[in-house]
Amino acid sequence: MHWPIDLIVLTFVIFCAIAAISVKDLLGTAILFGAYSFMMCLLWAIMGAVDVAFTEASVGAGVSTVFFVAAVFRTSRRTKD
Amino acid sequence: MTDLLPLIVAKYNYWLYVILMMIGLYAMIAKNNLIKKVVGMNIFQTAIILFYLSIGYKKDATLPIVEVGHEGQEAVVRALDYINPLPHVLMLTAIVVSVATFGVAMALAVRIYQRYQTLEEDELRMRLSEE
Repeated sequence: MHWPIDLIVLTFVIFCAIAAISVKDLLGTAILFGAYSFMMCLLWAIMGAVDVAFTEASVGAGVSTVFFVAAVFRTSRRTKD
Repeated sequence: MTDLLPLIVAKYNYWLYVILMMIGLYAMIAKNNLIKKVVGMNIFQTAIILFYLSIGYKKDATLPIVEVGHEGQEAVVRALDYINPLPHVLMLTAIVVSVATFGVAMALAVRIYQRYQTLEEDELRMRLSEE
């Protein structure tokens, strides 16, 4: 683990997390949450946990985003906070 | 105060994981929208998985795949050369559990919206008291 790469990706992860919970549109939350999951998967690949990174890339960034977009499509994009 | 700063810098990853965990906890407690709460729960879970994986990491170690000792040869495997794979396996289970919870939570949110036409918690409470 090369520490500057680790620190930069970790900062991106935290920014994505803050943006995902503070944006005022649920579709935006879905996309930012997908970006968050992808950054997290990158972080795990840096740490040498490639099996976990593979699972997170397929399940976290893939299937979760599809679930999320489908749920937003069936409900509403509106959110107050 | 002067010895506190090197301590924080030396373990910077743990501090950032705690910050990430607190972002998830804040979203679970303070957000009004049900889907935002579910996102907060997921952020909390991934922060804990990240913490466990960083415990298993070793400096100057490689992936836990043994390359020597095939075809009946004798070879010495040093455990220090390989990253600890036990947290990886445990956290693989946690990821699968987290996506299952996420799917169930989304299905419940869709059902709640179909019945009450809202996802906001205060409006939901108002509709419930009207009935």
